[in-house]
Amino acid sequence: MAFEILEPGLATTVQDRGRFGYYNVGIPQGGAMDALSAEMANALAGNTPAEAVLECTYMGPRFRTDDAAVIAVTGAPVDVKVNGGARGEWSRLELDAGDEVSFGILRGGTRFYIAVRGGIDVPVVLGSRSTYGLGGIGGLGGRPLRAGDLVPVGNGAAPDGSEPPQEIDPGLRPVFEKEVSVRVMPGLYDHRLTARGMETLLGATWTLTPVADRTGLRYSGPEVEWEPRQQPFGAGSDPSNIVDAGYAVGSIQIPGGKEPIVLHRDAVSGGGYAMVATVISADMDLLARSAPGTKTRFRSVSMDEALAARAHQRSLRARLWGSGD
Amino acid sequence: MTAPAAGAAARYTWGGDEFLFVEIDEAMSLAANFRSNAMASLLGADKVGGITDICPANASLLIRFDPDVLPPAELEERVRRVEETVARAAHPTLDTRLVEIPVWYNDPYTNETAARFRTNHQRPEGTDLEFAARENGLSSIDEFIRRHYGSPWLVSMVGFVAGLPFMFQIVPQEQQLEVPKYLSPRTDTPALTVGHGGCFACIYSVRGAGGYQMFGIAAAPIFDPAQSLPDFKDFMVFFRPGDIVKFRPVDEAEYRKIQDEVEAGTFKYRQAPVQFDLQRALEHPAEYNREILERLNGI
Repeated sequence: MAFEILEPGLATTVQDRGRFGYYNVGIPQGGAMDALSAEMANALAGNTPAEAVLECTYMGPRFRTDDAAVIAVTGAPVDVKVNGGARGEWSRLELDAGDEVSFGILRGGTRFYIAVRGGIDVPVVLGSRSTYGLGGIGGLGGRPLRAGDLVPVGNGAAPDGSEPPQEIDPGLRPVFEKEVSVRVMPGLYDHRLTARGMETLLGATWTLTPVADRTGLRYSGPEVEWEPRQQPFGAGSDPSNIVDAGYAVGSIQIPGGKEPIVLHRDAVSGGGYAMVATVISADMDLLARSAPGTKTRFRSVSMDEALAARAHQRSLRARLWGSGD
Repeated sequence: MTAPAAGAAARYTWGGDEFLFVEIDEAMSLAANFRSNAMASLLGADKVGGITDICPANASLLIRFDPDVLPPAELEERVRRVEETVARAAHPTLDTRLVEIPVWYNDPYTNETAARFRTNHQRPEGTDLEFAARENGLSSIDEFIRRHYGSPWLVSMVGFVAGLPFMFQIVPQEQQLEVPKYLSPRTDTPALTVGHGGCFACIYSVRGAGGYQMFGIAAAPIFDPAQSLPDFKDFMVFFRPGDIVKFRPVDEAEYRKIQDEVEAGTFKYRQAPVQFDLQRALEHPAEYNREILERLNGI
């Protein structure tokens, strides 16, 4: 079976949990930006967490299914319509052959997810179905959806054992706020900032600019002070430059001391800007949910606190799946 | 060239709860890159559970891990052991390959792109090649081009985007071509542009943004997601860190001929296995480079 795309939306791509093991040749992990929302959509549709879903950014697609289907929509708040009639997010939706699904205007956040029982069944490339647009691989032809596309859906047998949830407990659903506190671990090249520079990074309230996509998010705010130095051979001339190095996903760079950039799931794998802190894995989804204008503070945590936050997330997920991932 | 950085211990630091970053040296050198690559291959051969990515870079190493499987402290201990093993190697060598990359220097594609981004360039009235020649005190662009293809380059890092190689010229530091990057990055670069920024050469694997000066265009793909060419049968990315590159200048006629071979799916890169000897490269660079480049004779 397949979904026929009538209108593609702004940037709708196929994503799963990502592609690991190829970062050393510049191919990023990819995968759903707001991983927890995507996973909840899969749970509702009766999939495993590994199935590919559609990630919709700002403006969703309009599509028709050629067969009966079980779908779920999660993530940023948006009106879901089936044949023009209002339906809800965060719950299991049954479609008949020929049903048309469309979406209203986003009421917050940035991205929402559509899962379908059986998953989006595009070919697996280097271990994942995720779309990597810059390299033109994964997803449907390595690109965002276009009008006229037929998006293949896998044969999803109803899951054996426990019946999938009818809806996600409201207490478990992510929230989409205009002010967020994001936990970071200082490190990498943090010694290149002056003490005052680090205070600025951790003390200021940053505003997410519209320059935010799957590669990274840029924030506006005060200037951050770098320690002046004689630049080592091979590093660029600016104090924020280093000899090109690998970039951690979630790392924060501040080119020229202005407008910090946080790399996200389609990160460029390396470059010549010093990274000074890294968003912890448990808070990467928070960034993915942020809409431009979101007031953001970076709060310093230790490795132990980061690992505790990670364990907490894991237990949240376990509740979602009944037993555990 | 600087002597092998023998004693200096690397700096270990965390990139959040999933990345360990090992800075071998603040400055770029052949020796630092050699250590990064040697550590990466040793660590890879160990097949440690919980390590998902090992990314050697110019003078550092980035490792991604799953802390639920491999606790951070345990990972650091393992990597430090690998660092010690590499430091103990009395005579470091690298089993790699020499690859010949045909390049049409001073081609119309990159020249046209450069002309579109002239306003903010260091030399708005000239070309990137003219700027590069002057920056290096060379009398003509032909001389600059000769210096560019006259010595081998080591692929010191692959990344930024899919399959893009950064290359470091295997000559003493005072002979290295150095050219500043664009003052503000371009929004467009033709795929396969041969670029240069600081002391590094690169080949843009896909079309897109870029800040390196543009000198020419490589004739054959280095990233082939469809895996249609024989060199890409096993993997869609051609370059590996540690590859040694010989640029070969081609004219328009040969560029077109290679394009036809690519189109027909028959193009193959000329390449030969080589054991790269760091000490000889540092002590007798001119002689050793000649010897390396001759490996392709008769192939």
